[in-house]
Amino acid sequence: MRHTLGGKIGLAVLGWGIAVVMFFPIFWMVLTGFKSELQAVNPSLFFHPTLSSYADVQSRANYFAFALNSVVISVGGTLLALLFAIPAAYVMAFFPTHRTRGTLLWMLSTKMLPPVGVLVPIYLLMRSTGLLDTRTGLIIIYMLMNLPIVVWMLFTFFKEVPRDILEAGRMDGAGRMDELRHVLLPLSLPGVASTGLLSLILCWNEAFWSLNLTSSRAAPLTAFIASFSSPEGLFFGKLSAASTLAVAPILIFGWLSQRQLVRGLTFGAVK
Amino acid sequence: MLQAVQASGPASSSKSRRGGRSGMTMPLIAPSVVILLIWSIVPLVMTLWFSFRHYNLVDPTQTGFAGFDNYVYLLTDPDFWASLINTLILVGGVLLVTVCAGTLLAVLYDTEFFGRSIARLLVIAPFFVMPTVSALIWKNLMLHPIYGVLSALFRDVGLSPIDWFSRAPLLTIVGIVSWEWLPFAILILLTAVQSLDHEQREAARMDGAGPVASFFYITLPHLRRAIGVVIMIETIFLLTIFAEIDVTTAGGPGVATTNLAFLIYARALLQFDVGGGSAGGVIAIILANIVAFFLVRSIARNLEV
Amino acid sequence: MATLALRDVRKTYANLEAIKGVTLDVEDREFVVFVGPSGCGKSTLLRMIAGLEEISGGDLLIDDRRVNDVGPAERGLAMVFQSYALYPHMTVADNMGFALKLAKVSKEERNRKVAEAARILQLEPYLDRKPGQLSGGQRQRVAIGRAIVRNPKVFLFDEPLSNLDAALRGQMRIELARLHEQLNATMIYVTHDQVEAMTMADKIVVLSAGRVEQVGSPLELYHHPRNLFVAGFMGSPRMNLLPATVTASGAEGVTVAGPGGMSVTVPVSPDGFRVGSQVTLGVRPEHLTITPDGSISGHALIAERLGGLTLLHVELQDKTMLVVQTDGSDATRVHQQIRLAMVPAHTHLFGSDGLAAEHLQRNPLTVS
Repeated sequence: MRHTLGGKIGLAVLGWGIAVVMFFPIFWMVLTGFKSELQAVNPSLFFHPTLSSYADVQSRANYFAFALNSVVISVGGTLLALLFAIPAAYVMAFFPTHRTRGTLLWMLSTKMLPPVGVLVPIYLLMRSTGLLDTRTGLIIIYMLMNLPIVVWMLFTFFKEVPRDILEAGRMDGAGRMDELRHVLLPLSLPGVASTGLLSLILCWNEAFWSLNLTSSRAAPLTAFIASFSSPEGLFFGKLSAASTLAVAPILIFGWLSQRQLVRGLTFGAVK
Repeated sequence: MLQAVQASGPASSSKSRRGGRSGMTMPLIAPSVVILLIWSIVPLVMTLWFSFRHYNLVDPTQTGFAGFDNYVYLLTDPDFWASLINTLILVGGVLLVTVCAGTLLAVLYDTEFFGRSIARLLVIAPFFVMPTVSALIWKNLMLHPIYGVLSALFRDVGLSPIDWFSRAPLLTIVGIVSWEWLPFAILILLTAVQSLDHEQREAARMDGAGPVASFFYITLPHLRRAIGVVIMIETIFLLTIFAEIDVTTAGGPGVATTNLAFLIYARALLQFDVGGGSAGGVIAIILANIVAFFLVRSIARNLEV
Repeated sequence: MATLALRDVRKTYANLEAIKGVTLDVEDREFVVFVGPSGCGKSTLLRMIAGLEEISGGDLLIDDRRVNDVGPAERGLAMVFQSYALYPHMTVADNMGFALKLAKVSKEERNRKVAEAARILQLEPYLDRKPGQLSGGQRQRVAIGRAIVRNPKVFLFDEPLSNLDAALRGQMRIELARLHEQLNATMIYVTHDQVEAMTMADKIVVLSAGRVEQVGSPLELYHHPRNLFVAGFMGSPRMNLLPATVTASGAEGVTVAGPGGMSVTVPVSPDGFRVGSQVTLGVRPEHLTITPDGSISGHALIAERLGGLTLLHVELQDKTMLVVQTDGSDATRVHQQIRLAMVPAHTHLFGSDGLAAEHLQRNPLTVS
């Protein structure tokens, strides 16, 4: 089928057709962001682009405050998770014991806990400790939610560093810290980076705790966009502009790291 | 979930690489293990505890041990069963679409065609869009009966536009969530398809297998495992879809789009019925546990320490 | 001075004993080769010497000092890995200087030593490149350079040539032999290729299933293998091992009758060989000759003509196969009936326990 010219063209048409259809809502969103509110209610392809909606998003709704929250929470949650995960993954990769396997599997299983099942106690705990509607509170929750995946991904990347290069390091006289600094981290840096990226993406897009545990001060972009569900007046332009800004960075991150994401997303069950 | 972990696979043969220098290792793993332990046990126990108590945040008069009252109340509530059915429809519908389309599209995007890598990027994109954005873009820009793109297209061909969220709210949500998760299925299944070694496919061609036969006898069996993983992971996350419902229909009309997660949220945070919300939470946890058991077993088979 | 001694060294994994009590001495400046089939434990033994694997039992002594519990770097050893194990993110110069950097040697000293090693190995033009930009042969030299720079007591080589193509391998064999001369160092070398072992070693240790089968110089192993395993393993093409029966035994040796009508008196000590007992007769293909009055008759099945020599696979009357090595100009055709003779001095006799009978006269080349 794919060896005839007709077949090749057919495949390309199909492949591109579906891609266009899937991408279309995003494309339309970006497009609409460049329309004014009046233009936005008109679903047309051709118009005079303007930045008025973008201006509105910041002036009327203070977009940057929410964006800042998203950044702080995502980066904070990721860094905290890496802080705990790197030593744990290091130990599990290089000093495995008969308990390592079970520990790893148990960690992964905690990620399968449905958030809604513990909504009540978490909400009450946050309230009583004053962490409700704070960035710190969300950072802690996100760290706990992503720790299993981060440990898991780092574990697999550490294991990929060829054993004999580490042994050569030991023959050369490298102690534990030397090994980490000079050999392990430089070689596993791409893996650490994509793990961090995945964690960033998961934190940024998380839309359960961010909606229920924040209201005004710590609300990230997910909540900001959610506020458009009960809008006043024309809002398509602002919604599109805000959405484009919220989505663009993550889209790029995701495109860059799609290969490595599979490993983290399936807990390695698919190679 | 601890049982699943213990039941999964034999103990690994400990060919300890450097010979137990366990003195240094404990303090490095301990923090992660300890906080995850706290995270997985404390809220769980609390949910369980609350589910057996009368506890309403707004009405302080309701206190005390409730026995199974909350559960009985929940199980005799028609809304609860409706939410369970809705959850089933939601999960089942999205699984059906994403797995079927995902398999076919994975095969499609594995074959060479002009500009394939860019087309792939476009197809994958929806997965990285946050749920609130997805839902609102679809509701307002695409599906809006007056201002939406789809309605404009309908009008252009002479049909009258449909108000999707009124006519078929749950199915509309299934559609939106499918759009969000199809890329995930494609990504995973594409990775699995690419691991099918070319020589096997060529051997099949030498044996006279056309593309369809090749798909059913070679590709599909190879994908069986990956499809299983996709189903299990999607199920775990789809059981508790929340944001898309919250920003589009808020569970309505009536309880037409209320799934278990939204019901619990509504009970706990809107009606402030902590006891009832907790009971629902326990049920959600049990359901998730069942799927998690199988998923952990599947991962365990692949895991080499 | 750099001597090494293993005393009843053992290695156990869970329920499996991989190394079953090895005792060995390595003299100063010797080139010792551990050789054996895959899984025999030669790499494990090397890694135990290096300190990368724990020694389960026995003692390892370097210069008479027990080093079982000493870390790899402090043992004064350097290792060249099979896959070279170069640090991909460092330049060649950094790769070679890494150990010195860890030992806090000054920069000038480090550069001097690296330059010296680079000169010996002709790596000077590549010092600023990364391993990924080098060919297999160049990478191997960098791995060797990394070892040289540390000026170790003993060099350890773990199958260093097995990742190179045949032509390069021949070349590197010569270079390594020359390096041994130049550096005047003690070297322990692991390989599964008995040609490498024969050509490079001062002393060969033949291992099988975790046990030492024989230790000796290459010619000793060639002319006086101690058992069936060593006889069959060393020497290419493989020695012919034929079932035979003892017909007489006396002071001049043991007479045996073998397949194809062969009868020969093997000049070995007659102790323990009774008439009628079943034994194994060994004769190398290069020690059989085609001669019209030979006592062995058979017909040629396959002729492998290499140009300079020809290997004839001969089938005897009772379907036993024999390999004969003749000169390349031999005109024997396939299916031709031929007669063979063997030189008694070059035959070997093995008892039913696989052990070789002692030759009455040692080959002059093996007597030092």
